[in-house]
Amino acid sequence: MIRVLKTGLYSSIQDLGRHGYQDYGVPYSGVMDIYSASIANIQLGNDAHAAVIEITMTGPTLEFSCETSICISGADISPKINGTSIKLNKPILIKSGDIVSFGKLVSGFRAYLAVLGGFKTENVMNSYSMYQGITKQSTLFKNDELLIDTSLKGLGIKHAAIKVIKRHTTKQIEVFKGPEFYKLPKTQQNILVTQGFTISKENNRMAYQLKEPLTNNLEPIITSSVLPGTVQLTPSGKLIILMRDCQTTGGYPRILQLKEASINILAQKFTGNMIHFNLI
Amino acid sequence: MSYKLTYKPFGERSVLIEWPLGIDENILSDIIVFKEKIKTKNIKGIVELRSSFNSLLVIYDIFIDIFEDVVFTLNQLYLQKKQDISFSLKQWKIPVCYEDTFAVDLKEVANEKGISKESIVEIHSNTVYTVYFIGFLPGFMYLGGLNEKLYTPRKSTPRLKVLKGTVAIGGGQTGIYPSESPGGWNIIGNSPIEFFNPQKKLPCFANVGDKIVFKPISLKEYMDIKTLVDAGVYQLESEIIDD
Repeated sequence: MIRVLKTGLYSSIQDLGRHGYQDYGVPYSGVMDIYSASIANIQLGNDAHAAVIEITMTGPTLEFSCETSICISGADISPKINGTSIKLNKPILIKSGDIVSFGKLVSGFRAYLAVLGGFKTENVMNSYSMYQGITKQSTLFKNDELLIDTSLKGLGIKHAAIKVIKRHTTKQIEVFKGPEFYKLPKTQQNILVTQGFTISKENNRMAYQLKEPLTNNLEPIITSSVLPGTVQLTPSGKLIILMRDCQTTGGYPRILQLKEASINILAQKFTGNMIHFNLI
Repeated sequence: MSYKLTYKPFGERSVLIEWPLGIDENILSDIIVFKEKIKTKNIKGIVELRSSFNSLLVIYDIFIDIFEDVVFTLNQLYLQKKQDISFSLKQWKIPVCYEDTFAVDLKEVANEKGISKESIVEIHSNTVYTVYFIGFLPGFMYLGGLNEKLYTPRKSTPRLKVLKGTVAIGGGQTGIYPSESPGGWNIIGNSPIEFFNPQKKLPCFANVGDKIVFKPISLKEYMDIKTLVDAGVYQLESEIIDD
């Protein structure tokens, strides 16, 4: 078992999300950066669907009361065991009584802490992903006790060294045309894919808003389906990129759709970062 | 009849099929039939089918290689005659308390429309609504069929907190908030029943295409039903609709 001594800014349990319930209006949820979370799971020999802790900007402090192993991937938030720095993307043995903590944010925005066998917290609709109104908790709380499978020991399956691609630094966000892209005049289409955009402070697991407006005369659409990675354009010109916790439907024109790998890249960006849409 | 459909790629793994614009029962049935055909055919790789007013989103588990091939397969299926597609639709009777305790905007709506509160309740509860799809919030049904006399603009400042079960009117739509949430619609009542339960195998009782009618109840009846709902023994009234 693992006890949460400090939560960090926004830490939650996530897996690859809740699939098959979108017709009931249920968001997918799941890890924001699938690539990084998968690295952490793969390094321990876990199933890719195993639940991990998603850590945002500042890390939690966790006390382990059992032997296990962990792997941390994604953002570098200076992880430590009992005060000593540990490496990212490497499986690490944990002894009972060990304390895992985090320090300064060095790169990226979201880190993933995987544990051998995955976290065994509340499972609703075939997923451990926390989401308000679906699971009892939407984030970790101080003194939470997180269950894991203590029958598993060791470092998991040995893998040859996995080369982890450093992707946090790229500003390029690859996109496809969205269903309503054609409704934009040519000049606006050009601005969209040539001008850079800044991530505003309104960014969370539901959506990232961009600072620079895009003037437009597009009519709202009849409410229709949206996906994580859908870029919506509001009548006032706000660009909103939907993320994993987004609603299943929306009424704003969908002008772009992020490539799935680009959603992972965007998940590592935060307020003030610049991005460029690269139409493919 | 068949409509002229538009097929658009939507990211790497989805096809968005669009019907002509409009909120229309014939389009809805056409979408439902196509959706059932796809389900019955069990096309390899399709992991999700999601409908809205005039679209069907088909999601695959792997990246779509040749978009035209996928569209061809889907459209062949669309043009095939409807056969062996059986599904039953239901009409649900939803108890709603329109009394002042809940109906905080009813008076204002009545004043604005120049009709009595009672008439509004009568019109609202004497209409058969159609479930077009579920979205916005888990369990929020997009209902078609609101009487034009009741069209009321959304409130200029949305409320930060609207109670679970709130029945409201926003523009040309009426709906029920399945959970507490912020909301800008005009509140005219509250239903004691559950519209979304994540613990159930089927989290919502209604399906796309089903019909909904509202049955006015007193505050006393509301409390009684609420007790039964909380105890998990309330049976919602429904009947099968013959198509």
